[in-house]
Amino acid sequence: MFNLFQNIHIDWLGKRRIFIGISITIMLAGLVSAIGRQAMPGGTDAFNEGVDFKGGTVVTAKFRQRPADDDLRAALNNAGIGDPVIQASLDKTDEVLIKIPLLETESESQTQTEQQHQEQVQQGRGLVKKALDTFGKEAEGDNTLDNAPDTAYKIVGTDSVGAIAGSQLRNQAVTATLLGCVGILLFIAFRYDWTYAAGAVLAVFHDVLMVLSFFSIFQWEVNLTVIAAVLTIVGFSVNDSIVIFDRVRENLPNNRTDTLFKITNDSINQTLSRTVITAGLVLLSVLSLVLFGGEVLRSFSLALLVGLTLGCYSTVAIASPIAIWWQGKLGAAKAKEVASTVGGATKMASASRRSVTRRPVTR
Amino acid sequence: MKNTGLWIRTAIIIAITLAGTYLVFGPRRVPTAADFTWAGIKNNLSENINLGLDLKGGSHLVMRVRTDEYLKALTENNAQAALTAAQDAKLPVTANSTVAENGNYSVSLTLSDPSQAQAVVDEVKKKVDFSQWGDPNISGGTITWSLPNQAQNVMKDQAVEQALKIIESRINAFGVKEPTLQRQGSKTSGQILLQMPGVDDPERVKKLIGAESHLMLMKVAEGSYDFPTKEAAIASLGGTIPPTRKVLPLTERDENANTTPQNQPPTRWMVLEYPPIVDGSELRDASAYSRTGSQSDYQISFSLKPAGAQKFGEWTGKNIGKYLAIVLNDEVKSAPVIKGQIFDQGTIEGRFTKTSAEDLALTLKSGALPAKIDYQEERTVGPSLGADSIRAGVEASVGGLALVILFMLFYYRGSGVNAVVALVLNMILTVAALIVIKSTLTLPGIAGLILGIGMAVDSNVLIFERIREELRLGISIPESIHIGFDRAFVTIIDTHITTIISSLILYMNGSGPIRGFAVTLILGLLINLFTAVFVSRTIFNWELSLRPNMKHLSI
Repeated sequence: MFNLFQNIHIDWLGKRRIFIGISITIMLAGLVSAIGRQAMPGGTDAFNEGVDFKGGTVVTAKFRQRPADDDLRAALNNAGIGDPVIQASLDKTDEVLIKIPLLETESESQTQTEQQHQEQVQQGRGLVKKALDTFGKEAEGDNTLDNAPDTAYKIVGTDSVGAIAGSQLRNQAVTATLLGCVGILLFIAFRYDWTYAAGAVLAVFHDVLMVLSFFSIFQWEVNLTVIAAVLTIVGFSVNDSIVIFDRVRENLPNNRTDTLFKITNDSINQTLSRTVITAGLVLLSVLSLVLFGGEVLRSFSLALLVGLTLGCYSTVAIASPIAIWWQGKLGAAKAKEVASTVGGATKMASASRRSVTRRPVTR
Repeated sequence: MKNTGLWIRTAIIIAITLAGTYLVFGPRRVPTAADFTWAGIKNNLSENINLGLDLKGGSHLVMRVRTDEYLKALTENNAQAALTAAQDAKLPVTANSTVAENGNYSVSLTLSDPSQAQAVVDEVKKKVDFSQWGDPNISGGTITWSLPNQAQNVMKDQAVEQALKIIESRINAFGVKEPTLQRQGSKTSGQILLQMPGVDDPERVKKLIGAESHLMLMKVAEGSYDFPTKEAAIASLGGTIPPTRKVLPLTERDENANTTPQNQPPTRWMVLEYPPIVDGSELRDASAYSRTGSQSDYQISFSLKPAGAQKFGEWTGKNIGKYLAIVLNDEVKSAPVIKGQIFDQGTIEGRFTKTSAEDLALTLKSGALPAKIDYQEERTVGPSLGADSIRAGVEASVGGLALVILFMLFYYRGSGVNAVVALVLNMILTVAALIVIKSTLTLPGIAGLILGIGMAVDSNVLIFERIREELRLGISIPESIHIGFDRAFVTIIDTHITTIISSLILYMNGSGPIRGFAVTLILGLLINLFTAVFVSRTIFNWELSLRPNMKHLSI
């Protein structure tokens, strides 16, 4: 039988300052990127939002010989359109709908005039035309594909589209996730302890904020699929935290003389093989999605790749230290209280029975 | 027999596996030989699973809200209201007129005494909302309110937003899963783009979206409930219909085409008092029900909101013995005598079919559209994620899964087979469960599936690592398996319940994509408790019972 990671004795918690330092640095970078981009005049937005969130222009093109979706996407990318949505028309097979996000220079607002609106649409049309011209000439004006034999395609419709997922869906996702976190908090507090609940939920926040930081820094496109990815990350992060908390809970009664600090370190080490195998397997699948899953799913798969890695990291780097730190505060208070009364030992035992962890933490 | 328990467990597992497999791969009819071929299985699979817009495509409808008609109706209503307001105050207003074309909307009142103009303006201001219209222009004996362009655009925009909300509530109530609705064109174009995954009857959905269902509860004018023709009814009013009256037919429409012609001629005409006592905007709820239990004898019962019920109750209390008309889309559906005070309940009578009664109840509940809707473009579109990227995504996922399976077999050897069985069964059963609850699978749903599978892998890893730990401590094989499952079960239950709780909260507070995610995740986790714990343990138990003296566990 193969055995990875047996008898490991890494002092994870001893490195907590380094871990937390790294996390804070990345999150600060994300914050700077978001605020900086937003504040910079003429610059990009904090996040690179796709058509789903921002709306944009939809161009309907009719082809003599319809190119494959991949070729179309490549041509559009070359023309500087980062994230087009290409939707085939199944009843008119020579036609294709191309949606491109709102161009950066303009912003959709209540005050947008009809003229600005037209300019925006025309600008989008121009970009798509530039891309499609690589397949041949357009039948312009009154010409059709039938009477102009040297042409390859014709743009038969141009219009602007609003956002599918407006601020409403985004707010709903945020609210629902926050409420979900409250549920997680209550359940972990009920099964374990408040301190652990706080650690796990803060780790969730950490993971989500880190993923958002990555999206802002690298300007990966934020679309509807990213919401799905973030929900997945929350689930995985909590799962990972609980596995280690559960081991701590199990180890506590068996090691009455050890400090919580050591027990937590031991628990992380004991479950390390599981952590590495599970995380490795999940990442393996997600990595295959990133590498071979295609352009359109890239935002989704990148979010998962970053988020799931962080899910494991944050259990060790964020959830455990926070739980321990808070335990330390409570434990010190408890020890003082216990010392001032008689029969300290029995009190300690009963305290640790009642709640899984009330004992002094050293280091 | 000492293995009775084990046999029962095995029977349960086999039964569930067969049922799940059939649900996923089998046809919804008596199977034929073709259903056992590769092509037949693929075909059944794609028929059984409802894929969403992003994965499969669907209908693409562009519609336009007739905002010009909306403004026209608004102009005419205001003109009427202004005239009534002035005349009620005994001011010398003789006539009203409106302009509602080419982007010009205005209301004019003609006065017989121009010096009273300011008094009329003040009086009208109290009763009629002209706040968007700017100050009236008074010249000679005419007062004119014109709607400025800016205000027209704002109002058109509001009308489209309102229509969008109503359409959304209608298609959601109809059960179209995860449609996308968005504004198309400029703010004033009034266009709405609807994309929805394949529905069985797109024509019915289109009719439903555009249906105008306008309900009014009106008083029948004293003694005017039975005229043979429209002309006779108008004649009774002295030849012209005043603004405070409406002449409408009583139509007992029988919707069952096989018994009677679709549209019976109106049986009689009535004169009704306008404005209505309450109208459709006061509806709280409406539902279809069959009075006799027959499929062709449906009616619609409705209830009113508190404010409407208050008005209605007061009015019915004062008018016992009079006639009340229940008017739907300018046809009187019934005109009962009021026998006692009624507050908030009523019925639209008639012999509706089940479908039309349900559609009518649904459109009534969602409220009336601000204006008519035209369909401008209709096409069938492919998946919004693009067929190529879906293929790439599926290939990448299958590849990833294959790697996971290979690793499990390599790392856990014989026990790895256990895990793979549990994993595959988990996927089949989750998809089967999605089919049973008629859920539509979209990308967020697949994300839920991925997390579910990830946690299923994790459950197996937790159990196996635990068994290994126990074995390393020198504990016997049966005991190790026992402890391993028991201990890991505590962890698994905690992780699963936490995730299920948060998913339930997501489900309750989310819509569309968020719900899709929550549903597949919850199903996946519940099924995982069965596959990773129950199924996997049963396989181990078989191993133990077949080789009681085993010296080495392949793990």
